[in-house]
Amino acid sequence: MRWLSDRTVERLRAAGSEIDLTHTRYRLIEPIGRGGMGTVYLVEDPALDRRVALKVLDLPDAGGELTARLIQEARVLARLEHPGIVPVHDVGELEDGRVFYTMKFVRGDRLDRWVRSGVSLRQRLVVFRRLCEAVAFAHAQRVLHRDLKPQNIMVGAFGEVLVMDWGVAKILRNLDEEPTLRMTPEASPESLSARSPGASPQTRHGTVLGTPGYMPPEQARGESAQLDERADVYALGAVLAFLLGGRAAAEMGARSASKPRWGRGVPRALRAVAEMAMRAEPAERYRGADELAAEVDRFLEGRPVMAHPESILLRAGRFLWKHRIAVILLLVYAIVRALVLLAERP
Amino acid sequence: MDETTRMPRTGSPFPPTRASVVQGVRSDDPETRKRAYTTLVESYWRPVYTYVRLQWRRDAEQAQDLTQEFLARVVEKEFLGTYEPGRSRLRTFVRTCLDRLVQNADRDARRLKRGGGFEIRSLDFGSVEGELSRLDPPDPNQGEAFFEREWIRGFFGSVVEELRLECEESGKQIHFQLFERYDLEEAGATYESLARDFELSSNDVTNRLAYARRTFRRIALERLRTLTGDEAEFRAEARTLLGVDVS
Ligand SMILES: Nc1ncnc2c1ncn2[C@@H]1O[C@H](COP(=O)(O)OP(=O)(O)O)[C@@H](O)[C@H]1O
Repeated sequence: MRWLSDRTVERLRAAGSEIDLTHTRYRLIEPIGRGGMGTVYLVEDPALDRRVALKVLDLPDAGGELTARLIQEARVLARLEHPGIVPVHDVGELEDGRVFYTMKFVRGDRLDRWVRSGVSLRQRLVVFRRLCEAVAFAHAQRVLHRDLKPQNIMVGAFGEVLVMDWGVAKILRNLDEEPTLRMTPEASPESLSARSPGASPQTRHGTVLGTPGYMPPEQARGESAQLDERADVYALGAVLAFLLGGRAAAEMGARSASKPRWGRGVPRALRAVAEMAMRAEPAERYRGADELAAEVDRFLEGRPVMAHPESILLRAGRFLWKHRIAVILLLVYAIVRALVLLAERP
Repeated sequence: MDETTRMPRTGSPFPPTRASVVQGVRSDDPETRKRAYTTLVESYWRPVYTYVRLQWRRDAEQAQDLTQEFLARVVEKEFLGTYEPGRSRLRTFVRTCLDRLVQNADRDARRLKRGGGFEIRSLDFGSVEGELSRLDPPDPNQGEAFFEREWIRGFFGSVVEELRLECEESGKQIHFQLFERYDLEEAGATYESLARDFELSSNDVTNRLAYARRTFRRIALERLRTLTGDEAEFRAEARTLLGVDVS
């Protein structure tokens, strides 16, 4: 057996890790990201002369479970055509049997990095609002994301928001219509959960189903059958808290179901909104992402939010502030009138 | 749809996985046990010897005796019996045991025993001796890292060897030679120079190299599976050894 130098070992390591795109239509450019179950590469599609992102499992998957999940993710994405959800282009298989899918290559920042680039409160809320819209759309299509967190959200150069990583998404049963998404037996979400009956949503092959701090208590307890839209609402609340407090809020979120600890200067109404979304009891949360979005709208428009009913005094103050120009004009008018009256007095 | 985009096959396209040596040595089937031991000895004797020589600073003769002694222990049924996959990596477990053996040998200088029921093939210590001078002297506090590095070196060495054999058996010597020139030699051939030297089209070079690398990766993963304690360790090791670095 030959002896290999350190350099040769490094070369072999690189050679062994490079994905082999022979017999696919794509050409490798570079790896761009690594997640729990796979790696995402930037590749070129010469036929269409464009760059796309290719997500592939790290290892051949003898059990088929991760493969099923990747295919399921691609199908979920295919179902969710929305400007806030990354579009999928293609599913295929590498020579070594690993399954991949390609999607739009998103140029932008992950939300957790974006927030550190000194964006205003208003910008954050506008981005959050778009996030809620995308999630509400998914819910309307009966899809739960189940792993919403800043690391899975991308913000583009124009503030457009893309929700990524639908690898643990769940398709809710539609009672009134035939499911539009037909799955092969091994790719169906039912059989996926059937493979780990009663398993807590913890690590399977090192992949966490849900993220502490962002997943609601019912999900942490593994009650996966009972999860509904309000599980995502909880995660959205945690994302909002993160957006309002930056890093500290993420740590705060780690003690799930306890009340967030807020930094200074966070408007009370927004705190109340995030806290309401993150209530331990699903019934006490907003019923859907659209309700949450409406709350943020109210705040942005200077109206009181449902989560934080205001006293008469506060409301009056808010009213005066909102109409401050008219109020100032009125005041000025009154003062001038008074002065004129005084001056006219003999 | 274009023919290059094949849909994923249903079911598993992979051959049944080779069992881990950890299960192998506990097997009731003598053949399975023997295969497991052979794999263990094959992949561990070099790093063990190098480690004893350089990390423990033993002379060649002592190191040979200790290595033989250690391998004899490894092939005893009880040795891996105490190993619990999931608690530590198999490699770390082996190194910890080796450390203990060397320490004890210091203390009581017992007569070393050999054999242990299985014949350990004559190991070519001389060849390793010749390479030691090429290694940087290890940091006394970094035993684990040093052992790991040497283990990986040996691991890739045996994968290359298996690749060579497999290519020869299937009449793909050229594939292997291309791989050798491009991925093993430090001079660093280019696709163009290989196409010239082997009188192939550059397309042929690309395809054959891709084949060799793919096979290299497959063999590496198969071997790694046998050399790890459980699925989680296998995946972690595969990421360490063959994962891409994303900055
Ligand atoms: N379409 C894309 N465009 C650009 N970068 C992407 C794209 N998809 C994923 N990434 C990058 O790759 C990383 C890992 O992808 P992700 O889908 O989160 O993997 P996993 O599901 O395995 O956790 C992401 O954090 C992101 O930075």
